[in-house]
Amino acid sequence: MSESILVIGGGFSGLTAAVEAAEMGYEVFIVEKEAYLGGRVAQLNKYFPKLCPPTCGLEINFKRIQTNPKITYYTLADVESISGNPGNFSVSIRVNPRGTTPQCTNCKAGEAAATSEVPNEFNFGMDTRKAIYMPHPMAFPNQCVLDLANTSPDEIEAIKAAMPAGHIDQEQQAETITLNVGAIVVATGWKPYDAEKIDNLKIGQFDNVVTNMMVERMASPSGPTGGKVVRPSDKEEPKTVGFVQCAGSRDVNHLAFCSQICCMATLKQVTYLREQNPDIEAYIFYIDMRAPGARYEKFYEKIKQDDKVHFIKGKVADIIPGDAPGSVKLVAEDTLGGGRIEQEVELAVLATGMQPVGAESPIPGIEYDADGFVVPKEGIIPCGCSKRPADVVSSAQSATAAALKAVQTLVRRAG
Amino acid sequence: MSKKIGVYIFTGDGIADAIDVDKLVELATGELGCALAKTHPDLFSPEGLAMIKADCESEELNGVVVAGISPRYTFDELNIPGVYVERASLRELVAWSHEIPEDAENKDAQKEHVQELAEDYIRMAVTKVQKAEFPEPDCLEDASDKILVIGGGITGMTAALEAADAGKEVTIVEREPELGGFAAKLRKQLPLGPDFSGLQEPVVADLISKVTGNSLITVKTSIEVARIAGVPGQFRVSLKAAGTKSEWDAPVPLTEEELVDENGKELSAEDQKKKYDEKNEGRKDYMEEDPNAEIHGAVVVASGWRPYVPGDEEFTHLGWGNPDVITNVQFEELAKAGKVKRPSDGKEVKNVAFILSPGAKDDDADFPYAGAVTSLVALKQAKYVREDNPEDGKAFIFYQHMRTPGKYEYFYKGIQDDPGIFLTKGAVTEVAADGGQLKVNVENTILGEDIAVDVDLVVLSTGMVPTTKDEPVINLAYRQGPAFKDLDLFDGYCDSNFICFPYETRRTGIYAAGAVKRTMTMAESMEDAAGASLKAIQSVVAASEGRAVHPRTWDFDYPDFYFQRCTQCKRCTEECPFGALDDDEKGTPKPNPSRCRRCGTCMGACPERIIGFKDYNIDIVGSMIKAIEVPDDDDDKLRIICFACENDAYPALDMAARKGLSWSPLVRIIPVRCLGSVNVSWIKDAMSSGMDGALLLGCKYGDDYQCHFVKGSELCNLRMDNVAESLNSLGMEQERVKLLQVAIDEYDKIPEMINEFAQEVLDLGPNPFKGW
Repeated sequence: MSESILVIGGGFSGLTAAVEAAEMGYEVFIVEKEAYLGGRVAQLNKYFPKLCPPTCGLEINFKRIQTNPKITYYTLADVESISGNPGNFSVSIRVNPRGTTPQCTNCKAGEAAATSEVPNEFNFGMDTRKAIYMPHPMAFPNQCVLDLANTSPDEIEAIKAAMPAGHIDQEQQAETITLNVGAIVVATGWKPYDAEKIDNLKIGQFDNVVTNMMVERMASPSGPTGGKVVRPSDKEEPKTVGFVQCAGSRDVNHLAFCSQICCMATLKQVTYLREQNPDIEAYIFYIDMRAPGARYEKFYEKIKQDDKVHFIKGKVADIIPGDAPGSVKLVAEDTLGGGRIEQEVELAVLATGMQPVGAESPIPGIEYDADGFVVPKEGIIPCGCSKRPADVVSSAQSATAAALKAVQTLVRRAG
Repeated sequence: MSKKIGVYIFTGDGIADAIDVDKLVELATGELGCALAKTHPDLFSPEGLAMIKADCESEELNGVVVAGISPRYTFDELNIPGVYVERASLRELVAWSHEIPEDAENKDAQKEHVQELAEDYIRMAVTKVQKAEFPEPDCLEDASDKILVIGGGITGMTAALEAADAGKEVTIVEREPELGGFAAKLRKQLPLGPDFSGLQEPVVADLISKVTGNSLITVKTSIEVARIAGVPGQFRVSLKAAGTKSEWDAPVPLTEEELVDENGKELSAEDQKKKYDEKNEGRKDYMEEDPNAEIHGAVVVASGWRPYVPGDEEFTHLGWGNPDVITNVQFEELAKAGKVKRPSDGKEVKNVAFILSPGAKDDDADFPYAGAVTSLVALKQAKYVREDNPEDGKAFIFYQHMRTPGKYEYFYKGIQDDPGIFLTKGAVTEVAADGGQLKVNVENTILGEDIAVDVDLVVLSTGMVPTTKDEPVINLAYRQGPAFKDLDLFDGYCDSNFICFPYETRRTGIYAAGAVKRTMTMAESMEDAAGASLKAIQSVVAASEGRAVHPRTWDFDYPDFYFQRCTQCKRCTEECPFGALDDDEKGTPKPNPSRCRRCGTCMGACPERIIGFKDYNIDIVGSMIKAIEVPDDDDDKLRIICFACENDAYPALDMAARKGLSWSPLVRIIPVRCLGSVNVSWIKDAMSSGMDGALLLGCKYGDDYQCHFVKGSELCNLRMDNVAESLNSLGMEQERVKLLQVAIDEYDKIPEMINEFAQEVLDLGPNPFKGW
């Protein structure tokens, strides 16, 4: 029997579940596959509808983690298998090498000595990063990652020489650890649906068709463009931006469910554009604007007041070259006005939905439904976006509830 | 008692290049009288940290200053029993943020500035170690972990079952004679899980039997809460028969309007007391203890909602007022009773129109207090029409936006497959009586034309009004009154303003769940109930450990009050964002440790400077300010104190430093728990010690406040008026003190904000009282 709780995933939901359970007095392990905690929200510029920065809440949760001796976290770690029963699970975890040792506290020396540059995955390849790097400025833990796989031995040596002795360890190997836990909270979250799978929206074919997550990175002060939404082709600020809602969502060929957040995310991104420039025209192609509840409805209301934001009820069927260089035309059936619309825009944003991570990277020992969401079982408790599409508020609720369910499993088994 | 202090200076990461670390060693062991001072090139390595620990033992140190990387990055090795450790940020706040370009003209002068900056941070840190004491947790003894759940609907029952499942005793208080709430009034309900495509038999009966069969749960029906007094872990709950008056009903303080006379002049204390007594006649004083109160540790508010009933003048274009135009709740009642019959003539209905958005062509919003639930309920109720008349029943749903988020899309799809349910986006412009029928006119439909349908009944998808809009519900016997504060910001919902922390309320130990918080489906409400139960149980754990709840969950300290000097000005009791303080007959504050969040707003508010924490108080910060060396004869070396909110502004400074952004070396930064904790005396201390300006960096305030303590930065801003006055009275420019709002991600802007202010101070010139 174990009195510990494992949380798989160190994103917003996982962190919440972990701190809430630990503050009940239970020992908690967090396993995160990326090099940093914070997950998907760390890539967001602002939260809707308050337009507040996600790092604000993360900072508090990181402090709660750092000051709570009951929480242990592993980054760059994958769950390989789960066996056993509620109250007594055995979980095998592979911890991948980071290339740096814990005494690395994110100095600048290694980065300065690194020479090669590779596409920066955190910014969806819109800029590059060094061989030794912090995934983003607020990344936690505050320890660099050395890209062992893609860096030449010479460059590693140069980086090592520039850093204090003992900070680099290129000989690190992946190791497997086994945790004995009583309950498992699954908070593996989501990934943006791969827009390249949506043939008619042609994201690979036009430079100036991007995803909503790319816009988040561009709008972020720490992003590839220093906080400015630009056209990838010429790095110029677009004068017209088209938003393609339900890019993959509510579509039986892709994600049959509604991804819940994309309507609000688009409305939020309109505020980024407006803050950037009072003259940018935005065209939002939608099926339904899903801004339910007083708080979201009010936000939608506010955006509707902006006479440079145009709402078109119609699903974008095709994207074709525009008349101006670099521009594209969004082709849709205007279900209200009737007839075919071709709207030329300088930048098209696909409001791609959320695909649960389980759809493509299931963990052995966990059951998933047809969409890839986790099916709850005694002792294996999903929360946040591994359970269903959810915004941040609902994820927090779901994660807090999951923490209690995990505690209940331990209480039941103990007594 | 003077501490024996060791100072450890990290020389790596560019620190030794930026400053003369040997001089820091000299400063520490010389002027500052520390027992020892050492440098280390890799201080935060296991060897470096082990050295500190070993010294503490061998040299019997009881205070340590670790000067190096930002204190935001913690090291378990520095938790040394009996040793107070303070961190000074030489890397982020000095070296990285004050790099001098190779080709700078006045390099030596600049270097001198940076050196002085580093020295001041060492002085401040040593001063803090010298003055700070270890917190002693104020543990609540005999804390009860019994949970009170207000409301016996689906949310309340779930909350109770979830808490009981975790082994806790629970009392459910339900005003109605039966458990079940609205959930008991449904014919069918929305699916709680897969398969999502159809309706589900109500789960409420099952829940009721689980609740009544659970030995840990006590159910009290036809009962309501008169008052809740006391503190998390020891709430004293007075109950009463529903709908009756009780002498234990919570007293209600005078409103701002009631505190003044007809001319707007504040009433005398005596008159206020008289008015208050009149208002609360028959009620016991809020501090009086009910001997029959039942002790509970924490509270879950699951009081739910009431139907939005349109006023007589509302929605007349939709036929409101016609007996056959009804709300969704009225329709549910009819459907629960059997085959739906028309209110006007009792005729069975075959054709029903559901209207989701009342705004005709002008407005595509849903009804007030609607949400995804109202879309979903319309779909559900359309299905009733089909159940009642499988052959020829027709349901028409007119919406502007069909809001069926997430997996409810599958439910929507299931409904769309029904050939008797017609759905279209459209603006309902008119509902008119037409020979025993109702004609519904709809424009701008996706069918491409305007349509008119004849129906037997029209159902308006009206919203769910949270009970907290109408009444306090929690009926607290607190100094600040019976209700949650400022719920009008959320249209009366008992919501949290925090996206990340939706359970946060301004009353510790009391957590809301379900439709009182937001329109929610049953599935969401049930999940939310579990979350609220956890928070309730957890608040009792914190109270018994003497620890703060969110956000300072690591904090075992609690503010001390030096009551002998209290002037009963009531500022602390009034300003506490969390209503932690009550007061006695004389108006002396009565602390309630387990309600307190340790933000220090009371400390900031106190004009007598008698409130403080063991390692964060007026004297400590004041002494740190006075420890800063202020040259009195150099116009280039002005000094600016900067109080930076440790939650947001301070991390932003760290990020700026990491990015190599610089700010003026004249500025000395002191992290504060919240701007609310900044006492005006600190600004006066700075000015009287000859400093030239004071900058306060805090979170955004206003309706979308980002302050983790809700009111801190806003209250601090209000205090700025006093500061301006006192500066003016001294003949000093009020522009020397400034408060700026900054978000954690604005690290790209924060150096500029500081520099602009520094320039303004330079332009004003030295503090006229410098050197006095």
